[in-house]
Amino acid sequence: MVIDKVKKVNEKEEKRVKNEKASDMMIGKWVKCDNCKEILYKDDLHQNLSVCPNCGKHFRLSSRRRIKQIADEGTFKEIGGDIVTKDPLNFKGYMKKVEMLKEKTKIEEAVKCGICEIEGEKAVLAVMDGNFLMGSMGSAVGERITLAIETATKKKLPLVIFCVSGGARMQEGIISLMQMAKTSSALAKLNKAGQLYISVLTDPTTGGVTASFASLGDIILAEPHALIGFAGPRVIEQTIKQKLPEGFQSSEFLLEHGFIDKIVERKDMKSTIAKLIRLHK
Amino acid sequence: MAKITAWDRVMLARKIDRPKALNYINELFDDFIELHGDRNFGDDKAIVGGIATFEGLPVTVIGEQKGKKAKENMERNFGMPNPEGYRKALRLMKQAEKFNRPIITFIDTPGAYPGMGAEERGQGEAIARNLLEMSQLEVPIICIVIGEGSSGGALAIAVGDRIVMLENAIYSILSPEGFASILYKDSSKAKEAAEDMKATAKDLKAFGIIDKIIKEPEGGAGEDFEMVIKELKTYIKKSLKELKALSKKELVENRYEKFRTMC
Repeated sequence: MVIDKVKKVNEKEEKRVKNEKASDMMIGKWVKCDNCKEILYKDDLHQNLSVCPNCGKHFRLSSRRRIKQIADEGTFKEIGGDIVTKDPLNFKGYMKKVEMLKEKTKIEEAVKCGICEIEGEKAVLAVMDGNFLMGSMGSAVGERITLAIETATKKKLPLVIFCVSGGARMQEGIISLMQMAKTSSALAKLNKAGQLYISVLTDPTTGGVTASFASLGDIILAEPHALIGFAGPRVIEQTIKQKLPEGFQSSEFLLEHGFIDKIVERKDMKSTIAKLIRLHK
Repeated sequence: MAKITAWDRVMLARKIDRPKALNYINELFDDFIELHGDRNFGDDKAIVGGIATFEGLPVTVIGEQKGKKAKENMERNFGMPNPEGYRKALRLMKQAEKFNRPIITFIDTPGAYPGMGAEERGQGEAIARNLLEMSQLEVPIICIVIGEGSSGGALAIAVGDRIVMLENAIYSILSPEGFASILYKDSSKAKEAAEDMKATAKDLKAFGIIDKIIKEPEGGAGEDFEMVIKELKTYIKKSLKELKALSKKELVENRYEKFRTMC
C-alpha cells in the first residue's frame, strides 16, 4: 500500500519533471540553455566544463569550479582569504546582505586568489565570482587582487586573473572607485618587474573592472560570446536612445576592434594559459 | 545660514555658471597654450590640456571641461570624455614627464561618456591605461576636483600625489541618480543617495582619500572666485615645493602607498 503510494508520487513527479522540461523553469537537476533552449542534465553540463553540449554556450562559472578547471589538482593555496568585506559607508542592509550571500554561496567574497600550478607551471591565479554581488569590486576584492599582484611581483611568478564583474561595488562608494587605482598601480609595478600578466575576460566583465585590471593584461583572452564593456548596454541605450546592434560588446566585437588578443574556448583555456606561461619562461 | 545638505552641494557642483576647468587654468597660470589631439583618433573637447607657467614654472595642465552655456556644454559633451580624451590626457602627461614638468589636473565630469563609439574605441582600456601610467609618472601630480567627480571618468585623470577638492565639489563612484537607480531601484531617490554615498569633500577628507579642502564662498566658487584662486595658488605652491624636494623614486613610491592604503 505504502509502496504503491510512493510509486504513485514518483510517477507524478516524473510526469511533472517532464512537463517542466518543456517550460522555462529551471528545476532541480535540470537546466535550460538560455541560448539554444535545450534542456540539459546538470551533471552532464558540469562534465562538459559547464559548456552547453548542444550549442557551445559557456555558462557562468563559480570561482570554485573555475579553479578546479584551471589549477592542477591539489595545488591551489589561497592567499588573502582573510581579507573580508568592509562597510565604509555604513550602508543600510549591506553587511546583512553580505552575510546572507556568504551563507548561500559558501564563499567569502567576489574573488578567490592563490598560488597554484597550471600544467605544472607555477602561477598566481585570481578568479572572480559573479555569484557574489555580481562579482563587484569593493575594498576586499581590490585588496585581494592587489595582494595577488604583489605576490606575483615579489615571487617572480606569472599572474592570471579571470574577470567577471558588474564593476565597482556601489555599496562601498568611493572606496570601491579607489580600488581601480590601487590594482592598476600594482600592475604597473608588475610590468616594471617584467612579469607576465594574462587577463581572461568572461561573461560579463564591465564597469570599473574593465576600466582597471581587466584591460591591462600583456595578453588578454576572452571566452566566446562574453559581454565585455565599460558602460552597461542599458546605460548606452538610454544615452543614445536606440537599441544596440546584436553582438555589440561581445568578445567577438572586442576582438574585431582590437581590444583582446584571442578568444579561447573553455576546453582549451588551461592548455592555452600553460602554453603562454611556458613561452615567457 | 541653513545647513548645506549633500544634495545642495551636488546642485552647486553642477551649476552651469560655476567656474569650469578653463576658468581655473586661466586664473591660476600664465602663458597657457592649449594642445590638441591624441595622435590616434581625434581631439576630444571634453578634455582640455596644454602647457602653462605657474609663477614662472612650466607645468602641464589638464582638465575636464564643461560649458558655461548650453551650446558650449553640448560642444563639450557635458564634460563627458571619450577614450581619445583620456588618451590625449595621457599623451600630455607623458610629455610632461619627458620635460620634467609637474602636472596639474582639474576634475569635473558626470562620468566617462557611455556611447557606442566610446565602447568601440575602448573606453575601459583608455581609463585603465591612465590609472596604470599615472601611478608611475616621475613628476609631481596635483589633482583638483572642482565640480563633479563621477566614477572612473573622473579617476582617469586623478591618480596623483595631492588630491584636492573644492568645498562644494563631489567625488563619487557614480552620480547620485545612478546610485539611486542601482541600489534603490529608483533614480528619483537621488537626494537620499547623495547623502548615503558620502561623496562630499568633508566625507572624502574623513576617508583619507583627499588631502585638502579648498573653502568656497557662500553660494559657490563663482561668488568670489578670486578667494578660491588665492587659496588654490597657495596650496599648489606649497605642494609643488614639497613634491619637488622628493627624489623621483620617493615620489612614485609615496604615490603608490597613498593609493595602496585606500581600503
